[in-house]
Order: sequence, then structure tokens, then C-alpha cells
Amino acid sequence: MADNTNMTVKSVEVKLESPFSIKVRLLWRAFKENWNIFSKSKIGMIGLYIVIIFAVAGFIVYPILADTVWKTTSLNAMVSYNPVTGYDFLQNNPAPPSWAHLLGTDPLGRDVLAQLLYSTPREFMLGIVAALITVVIGTLIGTVAAYFGGAIDTFFMRLADIVLLFPFIPFLIVISGMMQVDLLTLALIIGLLSGFGGITIVLRSQGLIIKSRPFIESAKVSGASDAYIIVNHIIPNVMPLSFLYMMFNVTGAIFSEAVLSFFGLLNIKMSWGLMIYTADTAGYIIGSNIWNYWWLWLPSGASITLLCGAFYFIGRGLDEVVNPRLRKR
Amino acid sequence: MMLKYIGNRILQIAILLVIYVAIVFFLLHAMPGGIKTLLISNPKLTPQAQEAIIRAFGLNQPLWLQFVDYMKNVFTLNLGISFSYYPTPVWNIIAERLPRTVLLFTVATLIAFFVGFASGKSLAWNRGKTTEYVSTVVGIITYTIFTPLLIFVVIWFFGSFLGIFPLNQFLNPDLWIHTRLNAQIIFLYILMTMVIIGAVMLASYTIALRFSHKVITRRMIFYLSSIISVIFSIFFWWVSPVGIYAADILWHMVLPVMTVTIISYAGTMLVMRDSMLETIKEDFITTARAKGLPDKVVRDKHAARTAMLPVVTNFVLSLGFVVSGGVITETLFSWPGMGMTLLDSTLAKDYPLAAGALIFTGIFVLIAHLVVDIVYAFLDPRIRY
Repeated sequence: MADNTNMTVKSVEVKLESPFSIKVRLLWRAFKENWNIFSKSKIGMIGLYIVIIFAVAGFIVYPILADTVWKTTSLNAMVSYNPVTGYDFLQNNPAPPSWAHLLGTDPLGRDVLAQLLYSTPREFMLGIVAALITVVIGTLIGTVAAYFGGAIDTFFMRLADIVLLFPFIPFLIVISGMMQVDLLTLALIIGLLSGFGGITIVLRSQGLIIKSRPFIESAKVSGASDAYIIVNHIIPNVMPLSFLYMMFNVTGAIFSEAVLSFFGLLNIKMSWGLMIYTADTAGYIIGSNIWNYWWLWLPSGASITLLCGAFYFIGRGLDEVVNPRLRKR
Repeated sequence: MMLKYIGNRILQIAILLVIYVAIVFFLLHAMPGGIKTLLISNPKLTPQAQEAIIRAFGLNQPLWLQFVDYMKNVFTLNLGISFSYYPTPVWNIIAERLPRTVLLFTVATLIAFFVGFASGKSLAWNRGKTTEYVSTVVGIITYTIFTPLLIFVVIWFFGSFLGIFPLNQFLNPDLWIHTRLNAQIIFLYILMTMVIIGAVMLASYTIALRFSHKVITRRMIFYLSSIISVIFSIFFWWVSPVGIYAADILWHMVLPVMTVTIISYAGTMLVMRDSMLETIKEDFITTARAKGLPDKVVRDKHAARTAMLPVVTNFVLSLGFVVSGGVITETLFSWPGMGMTLLDSTLAKDYPLAAGALIFTGIFVLIAHLVVDIVYAFLDPRIRY
């Protein structure tokens, strides 16, 4: 008899899908729905395209070019396309764009396009690492503060007030002047600092809304622990908002890095901000002079603006997915 | 009621201030690679000299004692002596440069707020038109543009191409060389004039509220007294022999102010647009339109005022962002304020000055926050605590 019921349970289980595949299909459906809303927002799509273009250029085009066209061979031994140590012995530097150097060379004889492409993956890594740290910290603190309330809540909210008012760039300037800050350290500092800031306030208020829903009550009644409720019920529901804030944080991190390396404060070999710094300290960006040497500052400056803007655009596109109130009626 | 609210806010800001100084202390002093390592890291120092330095700076004491000392020093304005301007105390340098930043920042922020507010309002009202799309895109571009890039173009366009504005510094040495005047004094007078005008405007606004219930008389009182005070102060400067020097300083201020405005107006504009879009979907707007009120009245009186609250909140929160933009602007325009001091002292490894500048930048943001809060509570009848 017992054997029989066991058999039926098993056969039913075979007929039904496993919970895992149901979860995947639900996620896929939610993704498709949200994608439909997102793809209707023009600004979000423009941002997505720009990010994809940069990603392709940095992660795919650069390695290929570096291995083929830009490889130093016996034929072009006088020209090195290395973005950090390269030099072109065949011309006076900085040279305007030509077929050999599509975006010209900088005052130190290095190819501007190679520098631009070489820096792209690094900017992505910096932005995404910093934003991930921010979002993880912000989500944890925000949900915990919302769920427990009381002293924890008050403490973290006051802390967030401070961090919000924190003069961020001045602080980073002083820190990076005192210590040797490289890209990863910078990502850590930015991520940690902004993780305690405004994002916790937003996620806390969202967490408070979720907390008052009936399914949290029923989870409590069926004996779920606090940690279980936070991890399995509250965090998944504030996730879209965290993701939205991640995009804005990527913008902030890339911008901060560019400003700091523009002032020459970072201990890195190459970045978009550093390219402008090199041109500026060599005296090529002064008053009426700037359009004579446009390739020294315009490509890198435009890249910073475009990539920062693109993540911001995506953020605004996602905003319409996350906040239904903003949609056109 | 009002006084209690203001007292509460001041208390809160004071607590935030102490926490802020504590954060700066722990990050700059207590971290590995902080000030202690820097002081003794010179390899030419003998161990005895290192020992002496550590004792002289009190670095051998327990951390909390150092912290108490540090707090005491900050609040008695004893910030040490600058390395690069030896032997000028840090506080003297900051006292000289803080007013310059305050003026630049205040003027730019006020302009940016009103431009952002007005444009966001009309953007939401004209939703779906080409102008709305174009100005939203322009706003987002100026919001996300890499600030140095913008400044290069601004300097080139106004300084070289049109040649109508001076490029950098905050005064023209050719003019000042024949006088024994102190630029700082003139500068403080300018600041004082602006404070007086602001106070007159605020006072006339409150008087107008008390005095009359008719909109027209209220407006008359407010605009008349503002215009009179502005004209009077211009006249005063015109007659006084130092007027031309003040004009010189103001003339040098135009480009930095414009840059900071361009950087920061879009934040207010975008939030105002979103907030306004939500407000005009509300029922009371439909009612106001249905009862035949003119469009302009519905927009300005009913929608914009309701939509303003999140905008002001956002404005307060973006003060830190504007200060960050101000650092870049000051540096590139060689405007000798706090931002430029901060960067120069950091690059010159002048740590007492850098730490002092950082602390006072923070204090400045906190106080700006307080002022905005109080003024807003003063003006908005809905906020009563």
C-alpha cells in the first residue's frame, strides 16, 4: 500500500515540471514583460545601444586589433601601438589623425584610439564593481533597517543623511592624494561610501511597503526565521529598484574616476581621464588652441560623457519599468 | 512653533557636524597610510626624530584621546599650520577663501534652481512636443557631461572665440596694481550687499503676507522693495570709489557661475518634470481646468506648487553634488576658493590644509542644507512642525 502511494507521487512528480524549471519559466516571462516596457522607452534603448557598442569595442575589437593590425612586426618596428609604452618614430607627436593612427597620437607619441579602446574594459569593470558593492550593501542595510526598525533603522538613516551630504569628490581627492589608489581600491572606496548613502533610504522605504504585505505575515506564521524572510521574500521584491540604482551608481563611479585621473591623482597606467590629463599638462588645451588639438581631448571626453550618459539613460528607461506611475497613460 | 523647528534643525545639524568630523578623522588619521605614516615615512629621519614627531603630534596616545583632541582643535579653529604657505595658519587661508566659494556657489545654485524649476514646469506642461524632447535631451547631456570637457568648451567659446569674458583668476592684476585696496575687503562688501538684498526680499515677502490679502498688492510690495533695494545697492557701489574693483571681481565671476549653473540646473529640471507629470494627473487639476481657470493659473498656482516638494528635497540632497562640480570649476577657472585650495594642497602634499579644506567644505554643505531647510519652512505654508 505504502509502496503504491509512493509510486503515484513519483509518477505525478514526473508529469509535473520540477520547481526549478517553473521558476526559470516564470523569471523568463517576467523578463519578457519588463523587456517589452523597457524597449518602448526610446531613451533607455539608446543607452543600451551605446553601452553595447562600447562593450563590443572594448572587450572584442581591441583584443583582435591588438593581435593583428596593431601588433609590432619587423615591417612596422618603428611604430608601437602599445597604449601605455608605445611610440611612433615616423612622425612628430602629437600628430593629427591619419590612416596609421585613426585618432592621431598624444604628446607622448601613443596612439589615441588604442588608448581609448584599451581603457574601455577598465571603465566598465570599475563602474560595475563599484555599483555592485553599493547595491549589495545598500540592499542589505535597507531591507534590514526596514524589517527590524527601531535603533538599527534610526542609526542607518542618520548615517545615510551624512553620506548624502558628503562632499564626495573633494573627499576622494584628499584620500587619493594621501594614498596610492589604484582602480580596484577606488571601486572599493566608491562602492563602500555610496552603499551607506541615499540608496539605503530608497530601498528602506520600498522594504517598508513590502513588509506590510500579507505574505510576510503568513511566512512569519508558518515559522520562517527573520533571515529567511529578508533573504527570500523582501530582497527579491526590492531587487528591481536596487538594479535601477545600480545603473545610476555606475554613472557616478565612472565620473568620479574620470575626474580623479583628470587631476592626475590616481595610480593607474591609462584611463580616459588620464588621457585628458596628459594633454592638459603638456599644454595643448589652452583657450583658442583647443580645436587645433581636438583629438587629444574630444574622443576621451566624449567617451566619458557617452558612457556615463548611457548608463543614466538605461536607468531612466528602467525607471519606467519599476515605477508604473511614470508610464504614459 | 517656528523657533522650535529651527532649534531642532540646528541641533540635528550640530550632531551631523560632529559625526562628519569624526568620519573625516577616522578616515584620514586612523587608516593605514594616513597622516601618521606620512609624517614619519621620510627615510632620512632617525628613529629618535620619528619618536619625537610621534610624541609632538600626540600620535602615541590612544585613539580616542587623539580624537577628543582633534575635535577640540577643529571646533576652536586650530587646524595647524599649512606646509606650503608656511607659517600661515590653515584657518587664515580658509577664512580668506571660504567667502569666495560661498558667493560663487550661492549665486550659481540660486540661478540653477530657478532655471531648473521654470523649465521643468513648462516641460511637463508641454509634454509630447518637440521642444520637450529636445530640452530633456539637452538637460540630460549637460547633467552627465564630463565637467572638464564642458569647461574647455566654455573657456574656448566665451574667452577666445567671442573674447568677451576674462579667462581665469578672480581679478585683473593690471587694474589692481595701482591701488592699495585689499581684494578680500571688497569681496566681503559684495557678499554683504547680497545678504542685505536677500534679507530685504525675505522681509518684504513676509510683510506682504501679513499686510494684505490681495495678490496684486502682495506682489507690488515684494517686487517694489526688491527692485528698490537692488537699485539702491547698485547706486551705492556706483558712487563709491571702489565700485570699479567690485565690478572687476563680478566680471570674473560670470563664467564660473555660468558653468556651475549649466552643470546643476538639469538635476532640478528633470525632477521637476517628473514630479509635475505626476501632479497633473491628479483630480484637482482636472477640476481646476473644468471650472474654467486659465491654463497659466492652473499650471503655476495649482500644479507647480504641489509638485515643488520633491524638487526641494532633491535640491537639498544635490548640494553635495554641486559642491563637487564646484571643485572642478574652481580649479579650471583658477578661482581661488575652497575647491581649488583643496586640490592644490592635496597635490602639494600639504595635508593640514587639505584636511582643513575638506572639513570646511563639509561644514559649508551642512550649513547650506540648514539654510535651505529653514528658508523653505519659512516660505511654504504646508510645512509646520
